[in-house]
Amino acid sequence: MQRKIETFIEVFIDEGGYRDVLTGLRNTLLIAVLGLLIGIVIGTMIAAVRVMPKYKRLPRILDSVGRFYVSFFRGTPMVVQLLLFWYVLLPLLGVNLPSLAIGSFVIGPEVWASVIVFGLNSGAYISEIMRGGIQSVDYGQTEGGRSVGLSYGTTMMKIVIPQAVKNILPTMGNEFITLIKETSVVSFIGATDLYKAFNDMGSNTYEFMVPYLAMGIIYILLVSIIALGIKLLERRLARSDRNH
Amino acid sequence: MIEIIDLKKSFGDNVVLNGITTTVKDGEKVVVIGPSGSGKSTFLRCLNCMEDPTGGSIIFGGEDLADMKTDINRHREKMGMVFQQFNLFNNMTVLENIMLAPVHLRTMRLKKAKRKNFRRKIANLFRKEKKALIEITETKASIKAEAEQNARRLLTRIGLEEKADVYPSTLSGGQKQRIAIIRSLAMNPQVILFDEPTSALDPEMVGEVLDLIRELANEGMTMVIVTHEMGFAREVADRVIFMSDGVITEEGTPAEIFDNPQNPRTKQFLRAVLH
Repeated sequence: MQRKIETFIEVFIDEGGYRDVLTGLRNTLLIAVLGLLIGIVIGTMIAAVRVMPKYKRLPRILDSVGRFYVSFFRGTPMVVQLLLFWYVLLPLLGVNLPSLAIGSFVIGPEVWASVIVFGLNSGAYISEIMRGGIQSVDYGQTEGGRSVGLSYGTTMMKIVIPQAVKNILPTMGNEFITLIKETSVVSFIGATDLYKAFNDMGSNTYEFMVPYLAMGIIYILLVSIIALGIKLLERRLARSDRNH
Repeated sequence: MIEIIDLKKSFGDNVVLNGITTTVKDGEKVVVIGPSGSGKSTFLRCLNCMEDPTGGSIIFGGEDLADMKTDINRHREKMGMVFQQFNLFNNMTVLENIMLAPVHLRTMRLKKAKRKNFRRKIANLFRKEKKALIEITETKASIKAEAEQNARRLLTRIGLEEKADVYPSTLSGGQKQRIAIIRSLAMNPQVILFDEPTSALDPEMVGEVLDLIRELANEGMTMVIVTHEMGFAREVADRVIFMSDGVITEEGTPAEIFDNPQNPRTKQFLRAVLH
């Protein structure tokens, strides 16, 4: 064991393995955070479309588009979506994603691709969470808004969705944690995340025990910090219920 | 003010309103009574299309509200509604509840006017005869300030000015309902629809809400009220409509309906509720 730890310290510090870990950590957070944000935007839009009254043709068409979207992204594993996007869709469209360099930080195209796929994927899950949240808000709130002359959209944006978001915050936290953990699949398209950084260290030394252990601990720490943040946010939002 | 012609509403096979024709005149207070399931709430909710009518017309402000092409939102501003369950916005303070619609709608209109002026300015560059710009006298800040002043004035009127910054969850039912009433007043409506405004209240709070409605009635506000408070109906109403099974069975002055009902259905109902 002693030797294994020494080997790990050697690759981690002397051979600069920590730099890969930092890059991996950054990518993991970047993909999860941006993915969640994109997911919230897409998810809210799909949810809003799906709870819309369906007298007219347009909402009905949009509803079936939304349903298809959700069933596609929930029905296939994230890895498959990632591979399809990176190895099928992008080459077919002939798109080259840019690489963004800020100083010595380079965020490569594979990271952007991951951000996009994670955004699209979480959009599907968040739309279902959001739909439940919207439906949990008393219909009287909508009627109150409509009765003073506000449009359906304004009523949604100003009255219903803010209340829905408060209701679904714990579930949303879960979604974020899931995203953080799911980032471990982005190495399939060559992006460096926490898993890849530690795995490379292991392959270089044929010694996997300590790197994987360290990886597990970092994931747990990351998730605990996020869970704490969500708890604080929830408490902050609950204050507006009770007040003074 | 509101002309209702052969109004019909059914939910699937269940016919709730079966041809209602009546007119609400300017300044008139119409009280709708009737047994539960008679369609009186549905009738009221059809007037501002909270329920879309399945037939007939509702003429208000020169347009037919039952027509799906009519911009219902514009008419709802002028047709306040007070609900049994208050329906205050839970995510906003009392003041925000009252200010939301006036500020939002007027700001949207301001933005629209500005956009139109901008387009006109561009077009004027190429025109020989310049088209005049729309005169804009208000700003976003002035709209907000005015709406806040109005909201505070209304709150003072009902003696709840110190509740301006609290959330609805801390208020009593009576306070919530009175705030819901002034929220609809803040839009300067031409008519207010009351859907059993006191049915969800504790008995000791019914009085304060009825007092406020009575006050508005005395100021000449046009109202349509669905209620189970027979004493109040008799006192406030200019005209009482008795509904049963989706039709108007009898209508007349409070004295005619309460003291000398003609229809057996009306007689039976009044005997039951007035003991």
